[in-house]
Amino acid sequence: MGKVLVVTSGKGGVGKTTSTAALGAALARSGENVVVIDFDVGLRNLDLVMGAERRVVFDLINVVQGDAKLAQALIRDKRIDTLSLLPASQTRDKDALTIEGVDRVIAEAKVKFDWVICDSPAGIERGALLAMRNADVAVVVTNPEVSSVRDSDRIIGMLDSRTLRAEKGEKIEKHLLVTRYDPGRASRNEMLKVDDVLEILSIPLLGIIPESEEVLRASNMGSPVTLNNPDSAPARAYFDAARRLKGELFEVVVPLDRKGFIGRLFGRRVA
Amino acid sequence: MTLSETRPLIRLRGRSIMALVLAPEVPLNNWLAALDAQMERSPNFFDSRPVVVDLGGVPREQHGVAEFLQLLERRGIRIIGTEGAHPAWAGIEAWGRPLPASAKPGRPIEPPEAQSGKAAPPPQVEPAGPSAEANTLLIDQPVRSGQSLVFERGDVTVLGSVASGAEVMAGGSIHVYGTLRGRAIAGLAGNAGARIFCSRLQAELLSIDGVYQTADDMPAKILGKPVHVWLDGNHMKISVLE
Repeated sequence: MGKVLVVTSGKGGVGKTTSTAALGAALARSGENVVVIDFDVGLRNLDLVMGAERRVVFDLINVVQGDAKLAQALIRDKRIDTLSLLPASQTRDKDALTIEGVDRVIAEAKVKFDWVICDSPAGIERGALLAMRNADVAVVVTNPEVSSVRDSDRIIGMLDSRTLRAEKGEKIEKHLLVTRYDPGRASRNEMLKVDDVLEILSIPLLGIIPESEEVLRASNMGSPVTLNNPDSAPARAYFDAARRLKGELFEVVVPLDRKGFIGRLFGRRVA
Repeated sequence: MTLSETRPLIRLRGRSIMALVLAPEVPLNNWLAALDAQMERSPNFFDSRPVVVDLGGVPREQHGVAEFLQLLERRGIRIIGTEGAHPAWAGIEAWGRPLPASAKPGRPIEPPEAQSGKAAPPPQVEPAGPSAEANTLLIDQPVRSGQSLVFERGDVTVLGSVASGAEVMAGGSIHVYGTLRGRAIAGLAGNAGARIFCSRLQAELLSIDGVYQTADDMPAKILGKPVHVWLDGNHMKISVLE
């Protein structure tokens, strides 16, 4: 039986979809069988970040409503064959998702894959609740700023009360992934420090993803950053996070981009 | 062949409910008139509330106590038991239903004034779990943003932090061993003696018995400190615990 992981945050724009793609690809590269499921029905993005937008035929709603089989809707990644995508529907909304349908799709996916990664929509409504419902593990994506931290706190409360595991009285494993972290700005007190975020949220740290133009570049290329530039700082941070998800224990460090002489001189990299 | 009989399983559960205690005084007629006047001002006050009649203040030689209880029931008061009834009173056996001696006396509740037409508040749902017996609710995890914790019957102790956007409300005092970033509302049911303690003050709002302070009102020098909050008359006092 595979593990169901939800990538969630409450707040929008903090990097849930980027992290879903990057972690999914990192786990798949390590030999795991992975499916990433886009729960953001109506505002689907994961297909773009994965570079699969031209290959979508059936989507999550079709499978939930029984119009297509799971195997028909899955899109296998062209770069790594252990990575699959179940896209969301762009033309429908979250009301088209049913509890029974979602439970059935997740149960089926758990049999086929080692990891079922659910990319949650922003917010705390139906879509987000259905994305977290079946989760065994949660990755809470947080930017080091106060509104993101408070929204993550709200989501952690919901993970502890609104998931199937919580309803059965079991614990759900929660990990904090700090994204868009800029060590320079944090040291100048322009950003919350990771220790402050950890103190407020009090869940274990999975990783710190440094702010990097590599992330945007990878998105625009339609490729998870862990595939597009595996040596870049954010990719290395995501690889470390994926190893921690698999149970390895080692110290969290913030990887830095190695800048060349020209890059240091002008303060940015030559594209 | 043996016939196995399936007997229904008898389940017993312990449950505590909140009852109002009415303590009539002599002369009973005057007391009834006062009660009528009170019920006119707040007609729904006794609706669906269990009532215990404390007859301890009624002298032994009083006549017609059983009839007096009937008059109370006729006013829509649901008597679930009596306390302090004297066995010599005629007809009292029917009303006896004495409460176990261990029942706690409770504390006075002010009847609402001029609450005409307004429905009585629904009965409180008692929190489950062993902590319901003691008058302290112990929370051994952080209270997260958006969560609201209400415990009317006593104190609340939180071992973790109370997040920004979370609130803890207690009939009694509130103790937070982590950082208090959200709201703490103590002395909910009118208890001016309630207090708030926290090991780090970053609260958005502090309130005791309806007197409140927002973060803006709190002196900057106490923020981040372990504090003790109490009421001195109508003034909220905050002192640093050191």
